[in-house]
Amino acid sequence: MTTATQPAPGGTEQQGLVERHRQLPRFALAGLFAVGAVVGVLASVLTGFNLVLAVIYAVVLGTLSVYVASRSVEGSRKAVDRLVTCVVTTAFAVAMVPLVSLIWTVLGRGLRRLDGEFFNSSMLGVVGEGGGAYHAILGTLIITGLTALISVPIGLLTAIYIVEYGTGRLKKAITFLVDVMTGIPSIVAGLFAFALFAIFFGPGVRLGIMGATALSVLMIPVVVRSSEEVLKLVPNELREAAYALGVPKWRTIVKVVIPTAIAGLATAVTLAIARVIGETAPLLITVGIINGTNLDPIDGRMATLPVFAYYQLTQPGFPPEFAIDRAWTAALILIILVMALNVVARLISRFFAPKTGR
Amino acid sequence: MTTTSAPPEPPRPKRRVGDRIFAGSATGAGILILVVLAGVAAFLVSEAWPAVTAPAGDIPGGDGLTAYIAPLIFGTLLAAVIALVVATPLAVAIALYITYYAPRRLAAGMGYVIDLLAAIPSVVYGFWGIAALAPAMVPFYVWAEEHLSFIPLFAGPASATGRTMLTAGLMLGVMILPIISAISREVFSQAPALHREAALALGATRWEMIKMAVLPYGKSGVIGGAMLGLGRALGETLAIAIVLSASGGITFNLISNSNPSTIAANIALKFPESTGLDVNTLIASGLALFVITLAVNMLARWVVNRRADFSGAN
Repeated sequence: MTTATQPAPGGTEQQGLVERHRQLPRFALAGLFAVGAVVGVLASVLTGFNLVLAVIYAVVLGTLSVYVASRSVEGSRKAVDRLVTCVVTTAFAVAMVPLVSLIWTVLGRGLRRLDGEFFNSSMLGVVGEGGGAYHAILGTLIITGLTALISVPIGLLTAIYIVEYGTGRLKKAITFLVDVMTGIPSIVAGLFAFALFAIFFGPGVRLGIMGATALSVLMIPVVVRSSEEVLKLVPNELREAAYALGVPKWRTIVKVVIPTAIAGLATAVTLAIARVIGETAPLLITVGIINGTNLDPIDGRMATLPVFAYYQLTQPGFPPEFAIDRAWTAALILIILVMALNVVARLISRFFAPKTGR
Repeated sequence: MTTTSAPPEPPRPKRRVGDRIFAGSATGAGILILVVLAGVAAFLVSEAWPAVTAPAGDIPGGDGLTAYIAPLIFGTLLAAVIALVVATPLAVAIALYITYYAPRRLAAGMGYVIDLLAAIPSVVYGFWGIAALAPAMVPFYVWAEEHLSFIPLFAGPASATGRTMLTAGLMLGVMILPIISAISREVFSQAPALHREAALALGATRWEMIKMAVLPYGKSGVIGGAMLGLGRALGETLAIAIVLSASGGITFNLISNSNPSTIAANIALKFPESTGLDVNTLIASGLALFVITLAVNMLARWVVNRRADFSGAN
């Protein structure tokens, strides 16, 4: 009685479980989106043109037209999928807006004073036009250098402890607290350094080394976290081979583990420096600002680039426009510094990565 | 004939001096971390103590420490919550886009671009906020005051400069976006490939696959990331100090010129000119901030780590 379910000859429509889905071609979706977008732009033109509103109308109507078309042709499940694709893509585009706007604004305003004078004169005796951030750039480099000098050994040793030596509860506690330490607000780190030094030198003390201490509190956990990840990547076989040859543990770490991981460690340190070089709040309350050049971190206030930018913007004096221009140029230099450090970190990890394979 | 004598005691492993020094300094560095964290708390408490014990009339404002700090805590939480509400959905969408929607070849570059947002210093965000974001928000505030003023959040009067709580919250949202999206991206990309492929093989669309296989897996990661972002938003200082026009007072009105300040911004603004008991008061407020962020971060780490223990991804 069973009839074989063979495709009917002659090509009539196939019956059965397999259901053929109708699909919208790609260009149709793009076209529909474009049509919706154009309608949206027109709507905003008719109600008085406004760029932001036009974009919002365009995206909403474009998405809607794709959704409706897909729903009528492809069914509701596919339509929801298309809707989500549109929403997610839009969200990504929305997130790009602040980044582009920020870089555009800082470039536009910062380029005005990006000249030689900005790099080789301080603010000593400058009222109004001219002046520069020579003292602040040097101050930032000195304090950041000191910070690295304090944080890198401590951070690396802690990472080595966690990966190579640590056992039991102490290791767990240290790992957890390093994580928690990454979340310390920068201003609290500044207050800590202030409280520490105020006990010994009295209130009102401002020193470059205080700033370095505060920044170290922020930098150490970053160094620990990232170098820990890198050290964990070193294959255990290398360590075991060294032990088997009778090499003591500390020489294994120094001669085998660290050289293998050196590229990653350098990247980690560079990124950590990039993280603290733009910190403003702790320096504001521990180092302060001066107009002249002070290169001695254990003798009085110093100027640093972020604090310099902050004060030039918020207390520009009269006439204000010159100071505000200086502030934007300082902000531009800060961004350039941070980006450069990020690029350097990428390059290190690309070119000095251990050669794999023979 | 030789008698086999009992083998001599195996030589005790030699404790080399180098090993001792190295192990000692590594352990010492680890313990130093504990000491620093304890030191942060101890020094803050010791410097904050005079403000705690001082008579209420001597505290700035004249009503005691609690009355001084309460509006600041309120402002801090309000700004951070706005930031979180704005940033979390966006960050999840971005993470999904980069992991599952973007063209494979571009995805890594896009992740890098989003990470750049995290690298930009806070003070530069402040510059951008006051020069670009605040003026751009003014038309919206005027419109909101006209049409939405029945909602307490938009009661007005609309700020003419745009330096409002909502602007500050949005800016914070942009700042914590990369943190949340980085962690979400990581957990989304770790969602088990077998689950995803099984879903697709059963005929699920891409969204259904994400809904069934990726989101349940990544949920605690997203929550943890959002809380880390919250911790960052709570402690953000200069961006708020530059953008927010603060005049104290607890209010839910987001679009007017009189806003409660935040703890961190208040310290940055007042500290350079303060002396005596004012400094102690500011440090006491910093201690409150420290405790709040510590609690949030511990909770966040706990949530993230719990996922790592049971996920089987490692």
